[in-house]
Amino acid sequence: MKSKEMVCIVCPLGCKLEIEAIDEAEGKYKIEGYKCPRGEEYGINEFTNPTRVLTSTVKIKGAHLKRLPVKTNGVISKYLIKECMEEINAVEVEAPVKMGDVIIANILDTGVDITASRSM
Amino acid sequence: MLHYDVVVIGGGPAGLAAAIEAKKNGIDSILVIERDRELGGILQQCIHNGFGLHVFKEELTGPEYAERFIIELEEMGIEYKLDTMVLSITKDKKVTAINTSDGLMDIDAKAIVLAMGCRERTRGAINIPGSRPAGVFTAGTAQRFVNMEGYMVGKKVVILGTGDIGLIMARRMVLEGAEVLGVLARRSYPAGLTRNVVQCLEDYNIPLLLSHTVVGIEGKDRLKGVIIAQTDKNRRPIAGTEKYVECDTLLLSVGLIPENELSKGAEIELDDATGGPIVNESMETSAEGIFACGNVVHVHDIVDWVTEESQRAGKSAAKYVKNQLHSDSIEVYTQAGTGIGYVVPQRIKLDHIENALSLFMRVDKIYKDIHIVVKADDKPIKKIKKVFSTPAEMETVKVPMHILKGQEVKKITVEIQNEEA
Repeated sequence: MKSKEMVCIVCPLGCKLEIEAIDEAEGKYKIEGYKCPRGEEYGINEFTNPTRVLTSTVKIKGAHLKRLPVKTNGVISKYLIKECMEEINAVEVEAPVKMGDVIIANILDTGVDITASRSM
Repeated sequence: MLHYDVVVIGGGPAGLAAAIEAKKNGIDSILVIERDRELGGILQQCIHNGFGLHVFKEELTGPEYAERFIIELEEMGIEYKLDTMVLSITKDKKVTAINTSDGLMDIDAKAIVLAMGCRERTRGAINIPGSRPAGVFTAGTAQRFVNMEGYMVGKKVVILGTGDIGLIMARRMVLEGAEVLGVLARRSYPAGLTRNVVQCLEDYNIPLLLSHTVVGIEGKDRLKGVIIAQTDKNRRPIAGTEKYVECDTLLLSVGLIPENELSKGAEIELDDATGGPIVNESMETSAEGIFACGNVVHVHDIVDWVTEESQRAGKSAAKYVKNQLHSDSIEVYTQAGTGIGYVVPQRIKLDHIENALSLFMRVDKIYKDIHIVVKADDKPIKKIKKVFSTPAEMETVKVPMHILKGQEVKKITVEIQNEEA
């Protein structure tokens, strides 16, 4: 049966969680080690669909710096980070750019955009 | 001679917040002096997210957090000078600064806010023996090269130090195609936040080597490898455990030092425990009318607290200029007791406190199930329970003013007590 041990990162306590899938189709999990409801929720999300905000940079021309910081404007699956980085690395933009400008729309069909983290 | 009511030294998060707050409190003549080519300070290279949870109730990247304040500063019409280096300040609030367009400037200020931040400890500060090849960087320098200047610093990387910058750079190096062979902690636990250990190291299968350090550096022109060794419980290397690791880059994340050369020049009293100026509840230093805030006072782990502290400094500077910050009241001293590394502010004028006295501190090691106890002289006046406390996270205790009112107090001590006590 699928199971996992992890450290909860919701707060500095760092509870050691143990999660086991009882019936994934039914969404039933056995989770131990958490001390609060937020920890329980984190553990199950991290077990079933871990997500992250990805931040990186893209090349920029015509600005005072050579790199523009960017981020996903929502969370993406942890397992898509590598592929996302390949898309991000293929992009080159030209100044001026405004904070919040979409640099790559709907990256890898996730519904999430890559946006500029600053104006330049 | 130029004249300003408030001169803010440093245009990072501390300086920006202090200047904005001074303006909001009725001061129009403000100058922010920044040595870099743009405002925002180190936030501009911290492209990861997690900033602003307390101030903005959302998770921003460093540049986004900076830009919100820069926009506000510009909209308020606050004057600033970039590429400008402050050479000295004096006790009587004269600032000497220089840049290539104005030349040498003598500035007379009614109040000064010190917001110079901190700098990284280097290889020299921790005395790693060996040759002196290229490829040894502090983590922050590497962060600036990679995230702003567009230079990759290396391909096979070892990171010494598990401060948050080291952990974040480990992830960043992997995302940019490098191999991170390991992140070494001299202690038996990582110095940074658990969240960063999980999301920066575990997510990318980067080895975390606890109780390890670097004892040698090899290579002639470029770094060829480092010698690592295990450490004992006193964090000293254990003879016979040395191992050679081939790598071309060593990043150091081994601590930050408040940058106080200017403060020393003005004979401002510094605290050995924080490395920053001794300040009072209004963030005023030992020099009247000179205030300080942010990492120049004590190294913060969260920028939100820098903002909050700097707003207090900016507000106090405005009050001082308007002659509303009387200086004749009696000062009470704070003291770090058992288990506490330092307490800020170090001095308190009780009659300046509006609602509650906020004390900021760090514990000296990891504790579980403790109480943080505040004592007025020897009498406990506030006790808070902590299930977990780590030096990596600043602790705050607020003592409501009504508890302290009318008491003859000379010294306020903060200490930790075990659950049973």
